[in-house]
This record gives sequence, structure tokens and C-alpha cells, in this order.
Amino acid sequence: MPALPPSVPLSWYLTLSLILFVLGIAGFLFRRNIITVFMSIELMLNAVNLSFITFSYKLKQVDGHIFSFFVMVVAAAEAAVGLAIILTVFKNRQTLEIDELSSLKN
Amino acid sequence: MQLWLIPLLPLAGFAVNGLLGRRLPKAAINAVAVGSVLLSFLWVLKTLSALGVFGGGHPLEHAYTEHYYTWIQSGMLNISVDFAIDRLTAVMLMIVTGVGFLIHVYSVGYMAHEGGYYRFFAYLNLFMFFMLVLVLAANFLLLFVGWEGVGLCSYLLIGFYFTEKFATDAGNKAFIVNRIGDFGFSLAVFLIVIHFGSLDFGTVFGKVQGMPVESSAGWMTAIALLLFVGAVGKSAQIPLYVWLPDAMAGPTPVSALIHAATMVTAGVYMVTRSSSIFLHAHGALEVVAIIGLATAFFSATVGLAQTDIKKVYAYSTVSQLGYMFLGLGTGAFSAGIFHVMTHAFFKALLFLGAGSVIHAMSGEQDLRKMGGLRKYTPITFWTLLCASMAISGVPFLSGYFSKDAILASAYDYAPWMYWVGVFTAGMTAFYVFRAFFMAFFGEPRWKTAEHHADGHSEPDAHGHGHGGPHESPASMWIPLAILAVLSLVGGYINIPKWLEPMFKVPEEAPGIPWTALVSVAAGLIGIGLAAWFYLISPNVPEGLARTFSTPYRWIYNKYFVDEFYDSLVVEPMVDGSRSLLWRVVDVGSIDGIVNGTGKTARNIGGLLKRIQSGSIRSYAAWVVLGSIVVIIAITMAGGVR
Repeated sequence: MPALPPSVPLSWYLTLSLILFVLGIAGFLFRRNIITVFMSIELMLNAVNLSFITFSYKLKQVDGHIFSFFVMVVAAAEAAVGLAIILTVFKNRQTLEIDELSSLKN
Repeated sequence: MQLWLIPLLPLAGFAVNGLLGRRLPKAAINAVAVGSVLLSFLWVLKTLSALGVFGGGHPLEHAYTEHYYTWIQSGMLNISVDFAIDRLTAVMLMIVTGVGFLIHVYSVGYMAHEGGYYRFFAYLNLFMFFMLVLVLAANFLLLFVGWEGVGLCSYLLIGFYFTEKFATDAGNKAFIVNRIGDFGFSLAVFLIVIHFGSLDFGTVFGKVQGMPVESSAGWMTAIALLLFVGAVGKSAQIPLYVWLPDAMAGPTPVSALIHAATMVTAGVYMVTRSSSIFLHAHGALEVVAIIGLATAFFSATVGLAQTDIKKVYAYSTVSQLGYMFLGLGTGAFSAGIFHVMTHAFFKALLFLGAGSVIHAMSGEQDLRKMGGLRKYTPITFWTLLCASMAISGVPFLSGYFSKDAILASAYDYAPWMYWVGVFTAGMTAFYVFRAFFMAFFGEPRWKTAEHHADGHSEPDAHGHGHGGPHESPASMWIPLAILAVLSLVGGYINIPKWLEPMFKVPEEAPGIPWTALVSVAAGLIGIGLAAWFYLISPNVPEGLARTFSTPYRWIYNKYFVDEFYDSLVVEPMVDGSRSLLWRVVDVGSIDGIVNGTGKTARNIGGLLKRIQSGSIRSYAAWVVLGSIVVIIAITMAGGVR
């Protein structure tokens, strides 16, 4: 078992952020349930938040914290609106299958 | 001194009646409409007395100006909203608010049975606002605002009976004919800006007075003549007078207020206000005098043969306005304004009296169907007698003083103008008394025609069905009585002396000059002829009409001027619009461009709509792809920094 470094290096955080972000993209692109897609978007936002915090810690500046708070606020608002939309869609269509919701074609 | 309050009070009345009038009871509408004008009149009195006008001494030798705010600031040009009051404005303010108030009171009785009651009073108050702005304005642009505003109100009120086609046509005619004049006026304003760099009355006239006459070669005359074109349109002079007789399609109080007493004299006021420009413009005053004289003469001849009582007075108004311009053109500016005032008294009275007669006849306007009304409407009879005598120049009544001041000035200028003017005065007396005798004397001719259906389709048709003529209510005859008194004694208000600091008055020989005697004689002969023709031997006019059938036909048909304008201007314009502008320019080019734009947009959209597949996951793919492209592009360009 290799010895752990005295503190977690920066690159680990960034790598985690990257992995989370790519997972988000993958879910965003390939999942077919709207709620999952929605959760993937939240995942991407939080990945970005993580990298904000990382750089903020590294650069000893508070900007990144502020940004991440903004992102959280917007994400909360977005969650409220988005979930409301999803509820309405389900009420009207009895489905959350993303490929069936294509009535806005052309 | 709060000059702004004077026009703002009627504006407030307009706002209240115009916005809420539909739901207000009639008493409230009356209180707002008449009250606002009364308050405005009282405020004029208060302002003038605060300026010392009613005391002794020499008040208002210089204009009193109030500055409110800068309206337009552009380079050197600085136009502000200023009101000013000087001796000329004081006279106009008294006329506009005083006569305006009386006519508002009269309208309460006259319009009592009409639909659109609140609308009428809202327009009337709006008119008062614009007229007061016109009079109070201290620069040309603000004057122009009032000028256009009164034109708008005139249009609205002429077309007040908008369900009648002839009324709306008359409104359109007034508005369109006035466009020609206003175009000239606006060109004059542009020229003034170019040459003086200001529109302020004080600045412009100060600069003009500093110039020798010769230095201002062509452009000063151009400014003066273009200003006069505006006045010709607004004050109904040859060749643009045709709208005024048709404007009688509006309710009679409107004819009295707008088309006799106030708005049509705006041209006279404007020329008087710009007198220093006219005095420095070579040849301009000659044009003013000749146009005025020609208008006075020709419209008087037309008035001789009209059978509609309001048409007679309309042509009389055109003729009297011609007199005013004759006065201005011969240099007697103060006499012109004097005549504006006395004319406001007696012509407003003539129209209101005519309205009272029409009211009594339940809407009949044709003089041939009246007669013998003296017994039924005694107050109207006596007041109209006062007005008719005043306009005929009977000695020591108001018209005598002002008309003779103009004629004396015309004699000094050119004797032939004086003689034409005297002849016109004779004709004026004749046709006014012709109308008077036809309405009030002789056998009643209405008994037979009383229940004719067409009597009720006239523009002023009143809804009440009781038979027989009747005297008007008190709200109508009290203003008549006040105006009658003013018509009798108005000449003793010595306007020329009051305006002397602004306009020089020629030295007057003591005693009554012979020129006045001659014009009085002409007036009396006219009255006598009218009495002979229409009281003593009523067969004479018919015989004369038969003997001189060709001139009579020309006069009766108003020299076919309307027909002439129709074939010369209106029809070619309509034909040209129809065949060229509509079929070729509008349908071909303009519609083509508009439709082409629409079609192009639709075609592009047809191509682009394929992107919108409706599949959310493809959108997601696009978003990701786009982000990647953006990131790559930024990286290739060397990062964010």
C-alpha cells in the first residue's frame, strides 16, 4: 500500500471533478428518462462547483466560493422550475420517455 | 404670474370630460366645461390686473415672459416653452376667453338635445387650450403647436355629426386645405431658423428691426410670404377660403367660436405678431392687402345670393377676414386687431343668433322657409338686429369704428382700394340685412314646410318634436344679450390707442373724416336696398335674378370655385393615385417589397426548421458538440487571456 501524501493534492480534486462532469454528460446524452437527464445536469453543475472550490482554495481567493454559491442558487431555482415542468409533462402524457416527447418537431 | 394656468384649465376640463364624460351626468359636464373656461377667463383678468392693465399708467410696454423649460436644444438652436404676454396678447386673451366663455354657456342650451354631449364639450375645451397656447406662445414653434392644435379641433368639431357624410367630408376638406397653408408656415419657420438661428419672437424681431430694409433682399420677402400662406389657409383667404363655408356643417356654437370669433383670426394675429418681418419685406404687404381686398370683395358677392343662413354668415366671415388683412396690408395693424375684436363680438352674435333661429325652427336653415319669426323669438330678433347693424357699420356701433379705421388706412395707401372696400361694405350691409329680413319679417313661410321630413335631417336637427317656433332657453339668450351689448359699445374700447406702443397709428384729423361718412352711407344704402327688396316689394329680387341670370347663376354657385378645384386638383389627384400610385407603386413596388421580405423569411425558415427535430436527445448532442467546438476554438486562439 503506497503511502498517502500528507494532504490530498489538487489534481485529485480536479480529476474527480472531470469524472463527475463526464458522467453528467454521458447521462445527459444517453439516458432516456427525463428525471435522470435532469439529475445528470445537476451532476455537471456540481462538478463545476467542485473545480471552482478547488481553484478558490489554491488561489486563496473568495471568488470561486461566491460563484459556487450562485450556481447553487440557480440550480435550486432550476430544480423547482424543471421538476414542475416534468410533473406537468407526466400529467399530460403519462410518460417520461424522452424520445416520445417530440411534438415540437419542425 | 402663472401664465401656464390660463391654457391648462381648459386642458384639465378636456381631460375630465374626455376621459370620464361618458359616465358623468350632464350637470357635471356643464360645470367642468363651462367652469374651466370661466376660471381661465378670471385668471386672465387677474393676470392682467396684476400687470396693471386696468389701472392707469403705461402697463405692459414690454412683453412679460415666463420661461418654463427648454424643449429642444440642438447645436445653436435653443427652443424653449415660453409664454409671453404683451399688449397684443392681452387683447387676444380677452377675446378668446371672454367670447369663448359666452359661447360655452350658449352651447349648454344649444346642445342639450344632442348625442355625444360630453364629446362636444371635451373638444371645445381642447380647442380653448390650443387657442390659448397659440396666443400666449413666445416663439414660432410653440405658436405652431397651438396652430395645428386648433386645426385638429376644428376638424373634430366640423365632423362632429360623424354619421353624416357631408359633415365628415367638410372636416376633411378643412383639414386638407389647411395642410397647404401649414406647409407654407412650416417652410417659413425653417427659413427663420436658417437666417436668425432662433425662433424666439423677441430675438427674431429684434434682429429684424436692426436690419435696413434693402439688406434683406429676397429671403425676407420669402419668409413673409410663406407666413402669409399659412395665414391664408387658417384665415380662409383667396385661394384657400373654400373650407370655411363648408365648415358650417359643424354645430352652430362651433361656427361661432372657431369659424368666426377665434381660430380663423389666428392668421391675422400671426401676421400682426410678425409685423416687423412684413414691414422689412419688400412687396409682402402689397400682397397681403390685395389678397385681403379681393377676398373681401368676392366673398361678399357670393354672400348676396346664399339661401342658407349659416352660409350667408360664413361668406360674411370670409369677407370680414379679408377686411382685416386689408388693414394689415395697408399698414394699419392695430386697426386689423381692432376689427378682430369687434368682429368676434358681432359675428359670434350673428352665428349664435342664427343658431337660436335654427333652434327655434327645429333645425331648418333655409332662409326661404323662414319668415315672420319676429313675434316668436323677440330676444333673438333684437340681438340679431344689434349684430347686423354693427357689421353694417351703422355709426357709433362697434363695426363702424374698426371698419373705418381699416378703410381710412386703405385710402391713405391707395384710393381705389378704399372705393372697393366701401362697395364691399355696402354689399355686406345688404346681405346681412337680407338674411335678417328674410328670417324675421314677412309672411311665415314655415307653416307649409314645418312637418317636412327633410327639416329634421339637417345637420342641426333637434330631437324635440313640438310644433311651432319658440324662443331659446335662458342659457342661450343671456350670452346673446351680453354679446349684443358688446357689439353696440365694443367700438369704444380703443384698441388702436392701446396698441400704440407696438404699432404706430397715423395722426387722425379731428372730427369725422369724409371717408367714414362715405362708408356709412354705403352701409345705409345697403340696408335700404335690402329693406326695399325684401320688405316693401318682394318681387324685385326675383326680377333682378331673372334679368341678370348669368351673373346670378355664377354668384349662386359661388363662382364654381369648388367645381374648378375639383376638376383642377382633386380629380387629377384621385385619378393619378388610383391608376399610378395604387396599381403600380403600391401594389407593384411597396406590396412587392413587403411580401418579398415575408416570403424570403419564410423560405429561410423552411430550410432551418429541419434542425428542430423535436428529439430532446439530439438537442442535447448539439449542445455538447457546440460546447466542444467553442472550447476547441478558444484553445486554438490561445486561451482566454
